[in-house]
Amino acid sequence: MKITQALHYFEYKTLFMVLLALLALTGITVSVSFIDLGKFNVWIALIIASTKGAIVLLFFMHMKYEGRVLVFSFLGTIFFLGIMISFTFWDVGFR
Amino acid sequence: METVKSFFETPSPARFKGIWSWLLTTDHKRIGLMYLFSILFWFLLAVLLGGVIRLELMFQGETFISAEVYNSLFTLHGVIMIFLFIIPALPAVFGNFFLPMQIGTDDVFFPKLNLLSWYLYMAGGIIAIISLFSDGFPDTGWTFYVPFSISTHTNVSTAVFAAFVLGIASMLTGLNFITTIHRMRKKQMGWMQIPLFTWSLYATSWVQLLATPVVSITLLLVIIERYVGVGLFDPSRGGDPILYQHLFWMYSHPAVYIMILPGMGVISEIIPVFSRKSIFGYKAIVASSMAIAIAGSLVWAHHMYTSGMSDTAIFVFSLLTFVVAIPSAIKVFSWVATLYKGSIQMTPPLFLALCFIYLFSVGGLTGLVLGAAGTDIYVHDTHFVVAHFHFTMFGGTGFAFFAALHYWWPKMFGRMYDFKKAYIGAILLTGGFMFHYVPMFILGLQGMPRRYFDYLPQYAKGNFFAGFGAAFMIIGIFLMVINLLITLRKPMDAKADPWGGTTLEWQTPSPPPLHNFVTEPCVLDYPYDFTGVVKKYSKNTKGE
Amino acid sequence: MSSHSDESGKKLGMWLFLYTEIILFGGLFVLYAVYFVRYASDFIEGGKELNILFGVVNTIILLISSFSVAAAITAIQKKEKKMAVTGLATGLLCGLVFLVNKYFEWSHKIDSGIFPNSEKLVDGPVGQNIFFGLYYVITGLHGIHIIIGMALLFISLVFVQTGKITHERFSLAENSGLYWHLVDLIWIFIFPLFYLVI
Ligand code: HEM
Ligand SMILES: [Cu+2]
Repeated sequence: MKITQALHYFEYKTLFMVLLALLALTGITVSVSFIDLGKFNVWIALIIASTKGAIVLLFFMHMKYEGRVLVFSFLGTIFFLGIMISFTFWDVGFR
Repeated sequence: METVKSFFETPSPARFKGIWSWLLTTDHKRIGLMYLFSILFWFLLAVLLGGVIRLELMFQGETFISAEVYNSLFTLHGVIMIFLFIIPALPAVFGNFFLPMQIGTDDVFFPKLNLLSWYLYMAGGIIAIISLFSDGFPDTGWTFYVPFSISTHTNVSTAVFAAFVLGIASMLTGLNFITTIHRMRKKQMGWMQIPLFTWSLYATSWVQLLATPVVSITLLLVIIERYVGVGLFDPSRGGDPILYQHLFWMYSHPAVYIMILPGMGVISEIIPVFSRKSIFGYKAIVASSMAIAIAGSLVWAHHMYTSGMSDTAIFVFSLLTFVVAIPSAIKVFSWVATLYKGSIQMTPPLFLALCFIYLFSVGGLTGLVLGAAGTDIYVHDTHFVVAHFHFTMFGGTGFAFFAALHYWWPKMFGRMYDFKKAYIGAILLTGGFMFHYVPMFILGLQGMPRRYFDYLPQYAKGNFFAGFGAAFMIIGIFLMVINLLITLRKPMDAKADPWGGTTLEWQTPSPPPLHNFVTEPCVLDYPYDFTGVVKKYSKNTKGE
Repeated sequence: MSSHSDESGKKLGMWLFLYTEIILFGGLFVLYAVYFVRYASDFIEGGKELNILFGVVNTIILLISSFSVAAAITAIQKKEKKMAVTGLATGLLCGLVFLVNKYFEWSHKIDSGIFPNSEKLVDGPVGQNIFFGLYYVITGLHGIHIIIGMALLFISLVFVQTGKITHERFSLAENSGLYWHLVDLIWIFIFPLFYLVI
């Protein structure tokens, strides 16, 4: 077993670019929210939020470097969350 | 081998003596034993409460406890049995003790977290007790359904908080086990060489980890509603009480797999050892454990057919429920196929395992009656349901717990118990069990609702009759437990491998030394390869 | 066989813990999803009552804090202790500012009679009662997580300062960072769901 931690990190510059991207996406989502697109507003907001979330995960949380175990277990968690929400709609969506 | 000091004599950390060497230990074996005794305490207490419930039900009308007290009693019985006994029983006791040994390591990955889980478990139990003495124990049933749980004057908040704390304990145990299995297996042990008990704990741990937070937040919401009154489940304020049920069962259905999966793991260990035959369909059992864990999270609303949810949901969840029955049936099939043409050696653990297979099958098949929406609407919330879940939880996990106790007792304490008393206890338990719960099936079909202290005259005979079953059952349980406990007074006599097991925990003295192994254990290519055992045993003719 | 040197095992444990946090909030998001569909117009009305500016500022603050914490982890690995301390301290400061903002936001709402069980909500449209109920529960729970995260960052900061966390052993800092990012991640979803439903 390794004594020291494997070193892998993003340079400050990369991280800063990531921050800029996140701020830009925040700007976009706020401005889009002022345009009335009906139902699509929610979906667009959620898509942008998921994009931001993915960026945080991949770069700030180093998911990009992680092995299969973490990637799959994370996706499994999100899958379970998806089931929780979507399967509830078998009920509330058809009442 | 004789000179090796067992973990009983070597405290860890070494600086603690006496009681502190237990209360502050990070040794997974000691923590497992602390769990064993605390869980046994709660179990026996709740068994007695069950006896009281049954005694009240034996005779029509108010026999000796009032309706109010009765409601609190079955709630207390349910809460203890679910949160303090059956959910932690197998993972926290046997998982803690044997999971590291089965994968050939010396402890769990986070030993201190392990101790913390035990303290959380104890704290949860104590909080539950506290709620008894302030405003009375809840009368909601263990499900804490809204709106009643929000409006009743009894002390729901404290009891719910107890369940919340116990949930955290269970979650942390799961976290610990997953990390341990991933990071601390012996190098030679690939995924397909992991013993089935450990595999079942792996599947269980994922369920504990991912499902428990749902109930944590749900219970928190009950507390918030009681104190603040947000109205999230209150129809007059726009809330939807059925959503509470969704959230509750999103955890509590997977929780029934937290209860049963480790039990199935125990049975998968015991059956091959006493058949001297490699388990039938190792990979199918592993796959079905994982399949149960995953598919088990898709069926929660089958507890809600009569709640007023949509017909579409009833259809979908009923269909999915039938799908989940398949992996459980695969296991039963594998166990029976393992027994077939094995050279069976009857022992108390095997006897209990066989009772498990029978009782669990009955529980599982009656589960299909409840999973089918049409029949469930007829028997929902009757004693049929009560009988069904006692068959699965008690006849299933409860029996697996006893089987595991008898299987691993010599390893844990280094002492062999008296077979005859164990058999008598087990027979009383199983016989009493049938006489107690089969009448309840019939009463349920006749329409007797659950959670009432009284009933119509036509149910009198069945209820009276069941009382005798309960008495035998309780005597059997105490006989078995006492038979085990009295061995603690005699000197250690158990061999390293009294049964002829192949998994790693049998390659070390009983009880094991602090670091579990004296010499590095050797991992078999296939964990249930009995050729070595058969050779060894055929040398001395009498298998002892 | 000793576990004490297995840093990636510790990270796995931390991630497993984060999953439980995701599901914990997930339960509330189930409620949000159902009630949003049921009371869409009330949710939109409710969203208009929330001040977008607070939401945007807090989002930016959390993003910056996440960045500086990530930078601190990089700094630890590059053995740039000063930079690491600065990064963690910035993260902590941002957390504090976030809480102060929240405090003003909540007290403003409470002053205008919007809080759980208030007359205005109880007598008003039920959908809005649910919207603000969820708002208080979810942001409240999130606020508690901010506080826990700050505690973790603080501990890491002290350990970096005293040299207990080095480029060879930094899983405590890394795991605290992970926790902090998760809190940020959850906010990324809370923000549009409450402030941008217009
Ligand atoms: C000697 C043993 C036991 C006896 C005599 C017994 C008896 C009973 C009876 C009569 C009820 C129905 C109360 C009613 O609906 O009015 C009940 C409920 C229940 N029992 Fe048992 N039981 C025993 C063991 C167990 C075990 C081992 C478990 C779990 C592993 C268990 C779990 C439960 C649960 C969860 C309920 C439902 C409580 C509720 O409705 O909220 N019981 N028990
Ligand atoms: Cu179920």
